[in-house]
Amino acid sequence: MKRTEILKISFIKSLPILFSYLFIGAAYGILMQQAGFPLLSVLLVSTCVYTGAFQFVLTTLMASGASLITIAVTAFFMNSRQTFYALTFLDDISKTGRRKLFMVHSLTDETYAVNCTLELPPEEKREVMFYVAAFSHVYWLTGSLLGAVVGQLLPFSTDGIDFCMTALFVTIFLDQWEKSNRHFPALLGLTVGIVCLLIFGEGQFMLPALLLVSAVLVYDNSRRTKEAEKA
Amino acid sequence: MSLYVVLAILISALVTFSLRALPFLLFSGNRKMPGWLSRLGAVLPSSIMAVLIVYCLKGVKSDIIGTGVPSAIAVLVVALSYKWRHNTFLSILFGTAVYMVLLRVL
Repeated sequence: MKRTEILKISFIKSLPILFSYLFIGAAYGILMQQAGFPLLSVLLVSTCVYTGAFQFVLTTLMASGASLITIAVTAFFMNSRQTFYALTFLDDISKTGRRKLFMVHSLTDETYAVNCTLELPPEEKREVMFYVAAFSHVYWLTGSLLGAVVGQLLPFSTDGIDFCMTALFVTIFLDQWEKSNRHFPALLGLTVGIVCLLIFGEGQFMLPALLLVSAVLVYDNSRRTKEAEKA
Repeated sequence: MSLYVVLAILISALVTFSLRALPFLLFSGNRKMPGWLSRLGAVLPSSIMAVLIVYCLKGVKSDIIGTGVPSAIAVLVVALSYKWRHNTFLSILFGTAVYMVLLRVL
């Protein structure tokens, strides 16, 4: 396949990402600008961290002066799903040569989802994966910088744009709910989240909630595995 | 940018990249992931998303009318529109627009 054809396929495959990254990226840029962070920090986060959902949470954590440990642990839990994404494409990404570091860095929910839909011969699939990842990173950067710059010029107040983050999580939550036939993990997360919020308060509840949820899930999994072995 | 912000960003970047790179360091070749970890990976995302929704809505109890009602209605708009079209982008757009309008009207 010629390079132009590879680029064409990659661009078409990346179109859904184009719209959502420009919009969500812009909301992120506006949020950062509202919270008083400089343009350079928006550029830095969108380049080096590059993980949609966590970037929003990072903004609120930094704005409230959360401890670096809380930030690290929240990043760990929120982005641990990327580890499982990487597992799916272990073989493909291992064969990308000098693009490997970028391929590892640019794994996101959205590029993962698009990569899952690629039905091409291995060589061409890896090429398309690379360009989809590269395009997506550019969309995200463009969106966030646009938001940070244009946000201040908008003729109306952007208060409430942070709801974008809630909406994103609700859609992912529903998507996961529909895909699984066992809703215990989702309901556990809601219950533990609310209980920890009431006990520890707004500023402190994330860390205990995430640890408690993981512990209960590991216990529940081992219990169910044992039962399955007995049966 | 303060040192705190720079450190917060660098730590976040480091943790995130390590998580993405972890499988390549641990499970390349013949080494496979231990069972308990892959089982955790299958169920953890739904729980984390649920905790994050609680995190996003944590402020509502301090201002039920001002932010609680708009949040509740907007979450409903997101959920119903997502059920209807399964389009993440549209649901986020609708929900955020409804929230921003309600915030000013109520």
